[in-house]
Formats: sequence, C-alpha cells, structure tokens
Amino acid sequence: MDTAQLTRLNDFAWRIEPRGPMRVPAILYASEALIRDMDQKVYEQVTHVAALPGIVDAAYAMPDAHWGYGFPIGGVAAFDPGAGGVVSAGGVGFDISCGVRTLTTGLTAQQLDPAGRRLLAEALFTTVPAGVGSTGRLHLDGAAMDAMLAGGARWAVEQGYGEAADLERVEEHGCMAGARPDAVSAQAKKRQRNEMGTLGSGNHYLEVQAVAELYDADTAAAFGLAAGDVVASIHCGSRGLGHQIGTEFLKRMVIAAPEHGIHLPDRELACAPLDSDLGRDYLGAMRAGINCALANRQIITHLARRAFAQVFPDARLALLYDVSHNTCKEESHDVGGQPRPLFVHRKGATRALGPGHPDLPEAFRSTGQPVLIGGSMGTASYVLAGTATSETRALSSACHGAGRAMSRHQATRTWQGRALVDELAARGILIRSASYRGVAEEAPGAYKDVGAVVDAAEQAGLARRVARLAPLVCIKG
Amino acid sequence: MAPPPFRSAARWEHFAHGADVGLRGIGPRLSEAFEQAALALTAVVTDPAGVDPARPVAIACEAPDPELLLVDWLNALIYEMATRGMVFSRFRVALDGHRLTATAWGEPVEPRRHQPAVEVKGATYTALAVARQPDGLWHAQCVVDV
Repeated sequence: MDTAQLTRLNDFAWRIEPRGPMRVPAILYASEALIRDMDQKVYEQVTHVAALPGIVDAAYAMPDAHWGYGFPIGGVAAFDPGAGGVVSAGGVGFDISCGVRTLTTGLTAQQLDPAGRRLLAEALFTTVPAGVGSTGRLHLDGAAMDAMLAGGARWAVEQGYGEAADLERVEEHGCMAGARPDAVSAQAKKRQRNEMGTLGSGNHYLEVQAVAELYDADTAAAFGLAAGDVVASIHCGSRGLGHQIGTEFLKRMVIAAPEHGIHLPDRELACAPLDSDLGRDYLGAMRAGINCALANRQIITHLARRAFAQVFPDARLALLYDVSHNTCKEESHDVGGQPRPLFVHRKGATRALGPGHPDLPEAFRSTGQPVLIGGSMGTASYVLAGTATSETRALSSACHGAGRAMSRHQATRTWQGRALVDELAARGILIRSASYRGVAEEAPGAYKDVGAVVDAAEQAGLARRVARLAPLVCIKG
Repeated sequence: MAPPPFRSAARWEHFAHGADVGLRGIGPRLSEAFEQAALALTAVVTDPAGVDPARPVAIACEAPDPELLLVDWLNALIYEMATRGMVFSRFRVALDGHRLTATAWGEPVEPRRHQPAVEVKGATYTALAVARQPDGLWHAQCVVDV
C-alpha cells in the first residue's frame, strides 16, 4: 500500500479521510514497513466498510490486515442499531468464532526430552482428529445438536468434556447468549453432525509450546506463565456448521440488499439492517455458531488432556484463556463521551479488553484480557494483554496472527512438505499431519513476521506483549 | 476428419488470493466453464487425476444470475464433499436459465492416498466473475475460503 494515500497520525497509526460514500474515516494501525507490505486491497476494503450504513467511529485495520472478503481480514467495525446499522456475514467470515485457546500444563520444556516429545506428538495426533474428512467420536443429532448450539462450552462441560473451572476462562463465560438454534438450517446442522471435536484443516492446529521469552513477568505470573513452561494452544473454529451458516446468509443478504435499500460496491460486503428479520436471524444463527466453536475447542481440550495424561501423568492442563477472532458482538462503547450499545465486527481481530473491564474474570481485572496471537509452525506465538488505551484505539481490539505473505500455490512451489517436516524436526519441532501438501502450504516462510505484527500492536497501544511462545510439537489440521 | 471443435480449450487454473485460493474454469460453453471450475475446486484439495470417478452424486441449484449460480454450484459441491466425505473428479453440468442440474462423480476421500491439503469452507463473492472473453471462451471464477 502506498503511504501517500494516508495521513500519518504517528509512527503506528494512519488515517484515510472520509471521502465519496465514506461515512467515517478509516484508521490503520501498523508500522510504515507493514503498511508498505499491505495489499492495496486492504485500502479498498476498509474504505468500503467505512461507507456501510450506521457505522460508528471509524473502520479499523489491525497490523496483520490483509485482503479478505468484503471486509479486510484484520478488520474491526462497529454499527449502531438505532442509526440504521447493519450486520454483515462477510464481516464475521465463514469460520464463525474461529479462535485460540491456550492451556498451561504444569510441565517445563526440560521435562519434554526428545523421546517424551515424540510420544506426546503421537498421542496427540492419534487422539485429536485433524485434517480433511476427519470425524469426531461424538455424533450429534436433533435435540443434542440444538442443546450444543444454545449452550456452547458450558454444554460441553455438562457432557463431561472438561471442568467447570474452564468456563471462567472463556469469553462470554463459555456460552454466547442469544443463540438461536432454530435460525440454523438443517444443512448446517448436518454438516456439523460428525465434526464435533475436530481441528479442521488449513491454518488450524494444536501446538505444544515453550514460554521462550517474558516481556512482563508480573502479568505473565498472573496468567500462570513462567519462562521455560510448556503450554498447549488450540486454533480452530466452528467447523462445517459455521461455514454453512456463512455461506447461506451471505447469499440471502446479497439478494435482500436492494429491498433494504443497501447499495453494495462489492457483493461480499453483503449485510442486513440489525433491525430487520434477516439481521436478527443472522445474529441468532451466528451466535449459535459461536457456541459451536466454543464447544468444539472445549471438547478438543478434553482430548488434549487425555493425550497428555498418557505420556505425562503429572501434567495438569489449566485453561489460561479462550479468545475468538471472527465474531460480531453487542458491546457498550464510549462514542463521543457517551456509552452506546454497538455491534462490533471483528474479522481476524481479537477482543482486547483493558484492565478493570467488568466483563473480565477476576483473575485478569488488574492485568487486562489475555490476547492470544497464533503464529505458524516454525515461528512464534504471542500472549499479549489488553491495555488502558485499547478502548480508545480500536474499540478494545487487537491483531490475531501473522497473516500470509505468500499464496498457497506459491508455497507448494517453494517448499516440499516432507523436507519441511524433517527440517523442523532437526530444530526440535515435531510436526504431525495427514497431508504433506498441507504442511507445504502452511510453511512458516509463507507467513509474515508475527514479531513485527505484535510489535506494531504494542506500539500502537492496542495491546502489550507479555510472553513469546516457541513451538515444540504441532498437530496440523 | 475435423478435430472435435474447441474441446481442448476447456481447462482450469488457480490464481493467487492472499490467504486463500482463486479458481477459474474456462470453456467454450458456460456449462463447460462451470465443470472446469469444479475441477479447479477439487484441485484445491487434491490432484483430480488421483480421484476415481466411481460414484455419481446428483446436484441441482438455482440462483438469480450466472455469478450467484457459480457460487451456489461450488457451494453445493463443498457441501457434498463435507457431508459425504467424498472428492470428485468428473462433472457434467446442464444449465437452463437460472437453473443448474449436474452430476459429480467421485469416491470417498482416503487421506493416505489423496493427501488432501485443505478443506474448503465456502465459495465467496470475491473476484467473482462469469463472462465470455473476446476469444469466445467463457470464464467462471471466484475465490474460495480455505
């Protein structure tokens, strides 16, 4: 992206002045180097979002923003239902409530000697279903499916997957209110029937990591992290159910846009007024999709605990936190000094509540919310914390990951899956995957430098760095 | 004897989209461009040459315009792949106005043999275009989310 099109607010914030149909400005948070590397499509998409009805404040792009669907990935936008505001299926994305949860294990990296590491990799790979066409042990039909869609991780715990204490460490305390299983089609439910407790594919993974560096030892301690600790992170979403909800509502919103008086410069921006039957149906279905993702990560947590127990009977996996990065949530935000109920879309962006926020569990009241940033197989992941400035910067939002630097096609021409697995093994990182081609497409080198992204997030005041995590074992979806 | 006209012109290709994959079906007739787009969809997951077209699955969909119909067609295939656990390698498409009827032939996915790289979440309206090119060939394209 050419910086000449932007007004530089400071070294890490850039503004696009409202012009043409834009109702609000667009604000991009990134270093100059990240802005220069950013796709020009991000500029186009963020200005389109700024033109949608009822948008409040600004259309935001996070430091990891890249070309998405209608909305940029790494996009944040809030809408006022009282001012004709809209909800957009594209602004949430196909993988509703895709997110990351991280668990402490009570183990240290020293305890994971090469033999133990190999046993753990095998145990996780055989216990957690991953990859294309994999199915879970749990098959949901009818009433059980609806109960899961209404109850989320809370439902999963009631079924014996995990512990009640886990729920405190999940956004929405593990259950998204306002979910409407009746608004989810039979097709979406059928697509999910055999997919509960599965990782999926693409960039989804279960990773065992070591705490490699601390930036704030006190906050790390409050998060249960110390240097050399072993943690496990799970990155996945709402599986086939979310994908089908996204697919179906995108089409309905495209077709209904003219009758709602909405002009779409790009069909992928498809949206419906919050105050419409279609908007309400989507919100109900999308919230059910959030619960599906929360239940899915809860079940996978249970499976990970079983796998760890086989190899390390002393391991004690405790949930640090669970964040979602593809959502639309009703939240109260200060706009012009007044609290207003807004519907905040975060597409490839993580909520980052600052210290003192009433929605935070007691353990994080003074530190701010843990913000979990996924990396790629060979690089790093990060734990950040929401800050006092998160709210005014971008409605308490931060980045979600590195973002791709290279297409999948280009990655498969650059790397070979088997060679990559061997190369990472030589560095002590064990990869287990059903597909070598999948591994090549997800090569660490195909991603941007996640360190530069989190540095920009910190410099911009979106969230601050707490710890860096280095991969030890990665089960690739 | 004249060669079968234009048959060899039908083909598919992928194009780059940041995080995902763009696919394009090309053919002398719109229905062939749709068939080729379906092959390009399979190629996102696995090499179509390794998929035995053993079992037929019937598909029908309807949409207000050719672009939405392309997305519906691809999403119908994605749905069948997900719910039947299959991959497809042969397609026959018939178009009648806004209606599409088709048969897709394939087999159950076998991870060891097919080495499926990724599952497709959905076909999107990004870079969506269905149009006849100056050379007379139809192009049917969009980005799929993986």
